[in-house]
Amino acid sequence: MSLWKDFSKGLWKDIAPFRIVLGLCPTLAVTTAADNGLAMGLATTFVLTCSNILVSALRNIIPRRVRIASYVLIIATFTVMVELVMQAYFYPLYMILGIFIPLIVVNCIILGRAEAFASKRPVLNSIADGVGIGLGFSMSLTVLGAIREILGAGTLFGYAIFGPDFSPMTFMVKPPGAFVWLGLLLGVMNIIKRGRV
Amino acid sequence: MHEAWTFSDYILLVIGAIFVNNILLAQFLGNCPFLGVSRKMETATGMAMAVIFVMTLAGIITWIVQTYVLVPLRLEYLQTIFFILIIAALVQLVEMFLQKSFPALYQALGIFLPLITTNCAVLGVAVINIREELTFLQTVVYSFASAVGYGFALILFTGIREQLEVSGIPDFMKGTAIGLVTAGLLSLAFFGFAGMVG
Repeated sequence: MSLWKDFSKGLWKDIAPFRIVLGLCPTLAVTTAADNGLAMGLATTFVLTCSNILVSALRNIIPRRVRIASYVLIIATFTVMVELVMQAYFYPLYMILGIFIPLIVVNCIILGRAEAFASKRPVLNSIADGVGIGLGFSMSLTVLGAIREILGAGTLFGYAIFGPDFSPMTFMVKPPGAFVWLGLLLGVMNIIKRGRV
Repeated sequence: MHEAWTFSDYILLVIGAIFVNNILLAQFLGNCPFLGVSRKMETATGMAMAVIFVMTLAGIITWIVQTYVLVPLRLEYLQTIFFILIIAALVQLVEMFLQKSFPALYQALGIFLPLITTNCAVLGVAVINIREELTFLQTVVYSFASAVGYGFALILFTGIREQLEVSGIPDFMKGTAIGLVTAGLLSLAFFGFAGMVG
């Protein structure tokens, strides 16, 4: 039961990056299209889950004073793995996500979960937490990417959804659109949470 | 190989890094501290100074390590791990050095130094330097200019945000939500510089 709780809280109650306002850089930068957002989310989920497992398994071995450095090293290792795999098998995606793949290592969500959750809980709970938060993050990125792609390019996952007369709002796929939409979505989340305006 | 750069090329590099491709508003690096410390002007200036200091140093050191250690040993694939460790160690060293030698500056930068380790702008600039195949001098100039651009945007944004505190905003948009929308408008303003440098 508590496993399910650890998993499901990441999908709504503590959904990143809305409820925990961390990991904004990839959120803003790669969500120009829905599939980019999804790919970034899944890559982050992999690193987050693996680092949670290792941090949790080693939680009684790592001395407290060097724990942050150890966590960073663990996260960096898995990030390099993702980077190499993407370079080998998903090259176009690797080029689109570009610099934000190595930057998974400084995604504060991952370090945050290692410090706040995995370093205190057993392995199974940490896996549930990692997968849950990771999927929630992927979901947010996909939604934000979808909104920007629909308005900015008139497509969704690469398929045209409007007629040929649609003139795209380029503003949406440019940097300002990312900030404005993330802000508006955050406002909508606040309304839903309170049940009133 | 690169052609010889003239002085005006460097000026363009600086202007491009500060205004056109502002690291914060156009490249989305370092947004977490951007929203975190922009509530008060003192914290924002502290963070801006710390970033300028560390980012320039980190850019230089990672470039040297990449060129003279990783490439000759064919260890480029370990770049991410090396760079993050270098930055973490550098921040620690800078902190200890300032504490002993310049206590006044250390007091001013205070808690912002350790936070910089997880500021993705620092690692981001280090990686960009390598990916764009900049020379040593270009790396120095670009790292410094990016950091100045970061501080510039951060301080501008803080000024606006202090005004937001006293204006009437619907409850559900208060705090981070309105901050992000404001950052979007600021980013739009910076868009006006696009095309200034070709």
